[in-house]
Order: sequence, then structure tokens, then C-alpha cells
Amino acid sequence: MAKLILSMDGLVLKEIPLTKERTTIGRKPHNDIQIDNLAVSGEHAVIVTILNDSFLEDLGSTNGTVVNGNPIKKHFLQNNDVIELGKYKLKFMGEAGGASAGGDKADFEKTMVLRPQSAARQTGGDALRSAPAAPRAASMPQAAAAATGIADATKTVPPAPPPAAPRPAGQPVGAIQLLSGANAGKELELTKPLTTLGKPGVQVAVLTRRPQGYFITHVEGAARPNVNGQQIGPAPHALKDHDVIELAGVKMEFFLKA
Amino acid sequence: MDLAQVLEIASCTDPGMVRSHNEDSIATDAAHGLVVLADGMGGYNAGEVASGMATNVIVTEMRQVLESTQPNQIDPRTNQTIAARLLREQVLRANSSIYQAAQNQPQYAGMGTTLVASLFYDNRVLVAHLGDSRLYLSRDGELRQVTRDHSLLQEQIDSGLLTVEQAKNAQHKNLVTKALGIDPSVEPEIHEYPTQPGDIYLLCSDGLCDMVEDEEIGATLRALGANLKLAAQQLVQMANDNGGRDNVSVILVRVLREYPGARGVIAKVFAWLK
Repeated sequence: MAKLILSMDGLVLKEIPLTKERTTIGRKPHNDIQIDNLAVSGEHAVIVTILNDSFLEDLGSTNGTVVNGNPIKKHFLQNNDVIELGKYKLKFMGEAGGASAGGDKADFEKTMVLRPQSAARQTGGDALRSAPAAPRAASMPQAAAAATGIADATKTVPPAPPPAAPRPAGQPVGAIQLLSGANAGKELELTKPLTTLGKPGVQVAVLTRRPQGYFITHVEGAARPNVNGQQIGPAPHALKDHDVIELAGVKMEFFLKA
Repeated sequence: MDLAQVLEIASCTDPGMVRSHNEDSIATDAAHGLVVLADGMGGYNAGEVASGMATNVIVTEMRQVLESTQPNQIDPRTNQTIAARLLREQVLRANSSIYQAAQNQPQYAGMGTTLVASLFYDNRVLVAHLGDSRLYLSRDGELRQVTRDHSLLQEQIDSGLLTVEQAKNAQHKNLVTKALGIDPSVEPEIHEYPTQPGDIYLLCSDGLCDMVEDEEIGATLRALGANLKLAAQQLVQMANDNGGRDNVSVILVRVLREYPGARGVIAKVFAWLK
């Protein structure tokens, strides 16, 4: 579960788990997080937590709400964000990443149905119901529990899937140098995942950049391109350093840059 | 009208790099201009059952009813084209079939599926969808998303809680708000758009759009549009190269030329002959 750590002058005052759908912050005593300081407005800000995501919203406070040094009106809280209210600081700690990974990870990604149909109402305090059916992926009721504000500190919610894997950093960049034709000597770096070569309608091939390296595939035209004098098959053909490609009457060399 | 000469269709489906099962189902019928894609959910193999039922019921039933109707005529009862009514009816039929199976057989309890189904007729495309399987259009080298997901994430984007950028990092990409076979009744979202020769339509499950950025999908269709089969394989491969955490399915449909439906006198004679 996400939590806030309240501190002043680097001194940790307390930890506040975000168990409710709405957690209010302000100077007046009815707030969930009361900060008795004149720089803080009576109703200063609110944190709305939906499933595993928390949003901070300023409630028109006199001195404003600052996150990581920037004044905000509405903010999607990320792990380690620091909210500043006068002299006080609230550090947002998201889900403990990695700790509970393992087998649930794939399950959490499974598509699941959420009802009732209008989720827009949930910010108004309407509880989300999990679909009643039995063998749906296990994380469903868990996620719903987080949304309804049923706090259960012992439950571990699987962490967010990592964003799409970036291209491996160590992979060398390939390039093509034209060996014949009008543009002989010209060089073309293959930084995009796909680079098409040839003349549309005559002969076209595509060079794909993949984690395993570079591949050439025939796209259109009666004849397939040659690599080192041999016509390639219909399947993608792996390219090696210094392979010579012949395509639409033009020779070119593929090489890997250091 | 036989559309096999008008539409070029290529498809590819793959379990991805993590899952052992493929719960996606696809079905295509070029002659009738019909393509259907479903992404099933539910324990054990129930997801496959639900998505398989959806694609099967819709393609089989649509094929049958299309044989005896002029889809571009206006239905006096609903003021919509016959095609829109037929497609909606078959989606509802698939919904009841899946729902009934889930009710009657404990091992299928709670199964359901997303759906995106397109019918091409009379220079138009009719699209029905439920959940987060999508239809995209690549026209003049530009990719646009045609359907809008029925998902919690999309609702949060619509209500201004999340920006599209923030949504990419959200944790609940997998929660859909509408699906086939979950409730006894459902209302699919149905729209109709004019098509142009040269258009490429892409139907895909979330296994593609969660793993591959829209820009990359667009670039792939631009680069490989000349070879549809290769483009379909390339899209699946890109999803897998990026991690392939979910089943990934794509159907590509290219409109080769115009295909106006029968109109006026000819249509009347045709209808009378039936």
C-alpha cells in the first residue's frame, strides 16, 4: 500500500498509510492528515487513491501545494514525490516494487472486467465492486479492496509491470554504406526499428532492428534481394558485419558501428 | 457481393513470450467482408473458450444472414442500415451463448471476452466493440485509433484524472468496463465510417498496443504496407521483442478498390428475386 512520510526539517514525524479513497490534508482537526501550521490552509489538499494510483489535488489553498519544487493544482503521484506544505514535507512512497513479484505478475496483467460500468463515479465515493464470478485472476478482489478503501496492510499487491523494455543499451548500431549507383559512398545509420530500402513497385526490402541484431526481409517485387551473392529466402535473414546486400540493382554493405 | 477481390486480409496471433495459452481468437471472411478478434479472460482454458465462441458465433451467423440481405438498405424499424442491426444481433447472440455456457458449466464460470468486429460493405466499415481490443486505421500514412477502449484507464483519461502520458505508467491497464459474456445483456458500441481505397485497417488485442507504441505501429504499416502478411508478422514480433507479456493478435485489412453496394432498381429487383 502507498504511504506518506511526514517530516519537518529532515525529522520524520510520522508515517501515514493511504488506506482511504480520499485522504484530506489541512490545518483543521477534521482532516485525515492534520498539520497545525498557519502556512497550511484549513482544507489544503486531498489525495484520491484509485486502485494503485494516487492523485494529489490542491483544494484552492492560500499558499498552494508544491510537489518536487513545482506548484501544482492536480498531480499524479509517483514514487518518491515530495509534497511541500509550508515547512512540512510529505514524501510519497508507492507500492514496494519487486518484493512480491514472481508468479502473480502475469496474472495481474490479465484482462479483467470491472463493474459497475461507470468508473467515473468512483471519485465521488462510490465503491467499486469486483465481478462476482469465481475463478477470475486473484488480484481482482485485491485491487477492488484497495479502491473501496478496505485497508489490509498484510496484502501485497503485485508491482506495476515495467514499461516496454527499451532497446538494449549495449547493442551496436548498424549502418549501410552504398557501394554502387548514383549515391555510392553514402552512409545510412539504422537507428529505427524498421528501415525500408529499394524502389517501391520494383523491389523493396526492410531492415529490422531487433534485440538479437539486424535482419533483412523481402517485402515486395518479383526477385528477393541478394546477400553476399546468394538470394535470401522468404523468412527474415540475419545480417552479419560486412555483409553485402544487392537490392534493386544497387550494392550496399552492412556494418556494425563500434 | 463477393468482397474477396476488394479486401486483402492478413492476420497473425501468438501466445507471446510469457503465457502458455493463447486466449485470443481471430476469424476472417474476406468474401463477406467480415473480420472478428476477441481476447478471452477466465481461469484455466475458459478464456479461449469464450473468445473462440465469440468469433465463431459472429462469423457463422453473420455469414448466413448476409447471404439473404442487402446490408446497405435502411431498416425501417431502427432507421439504421440492415448491417448495423444484424451485427448487433449477432453480438448479442454471442453474448448469450457465452453467458449461458458460463452459467451451466462450473469450469467456465466467469469467463468473458473483449471483442472488436468489423463488417466491410458499400464503401463503409461497420465496427462493433467491447472492452480494450482496438480498431486502428492507417490512411495516407497516418495511424489513428478508431475505437475507444471500454476500460477504467480510458474513463480516467476522459474524466481528466490522467493524461495519456501518465496512463502509460498506470498499473491497472488490464481492467475493462465492458465485455462479452459477463452479463445476461450487453450493449456493444457500434459505429460506421466511410472507407477509401488504400486504407489499411488494423484490429488488435491489447497485447499489441500495450507493448508497441502507436508511432511504431504506424511506421510499420507505412514501411511494410506493400506486404500485409509480413506487416502482421512484424507487429507480433515487435510486441514479443518488447517483452510479449500478453497474447498478441493482429488482423490487417487493406481496401484495394471501391465496393459500392447495390442501389435503386437493381437492389429492388435483387431483393424481389430473393
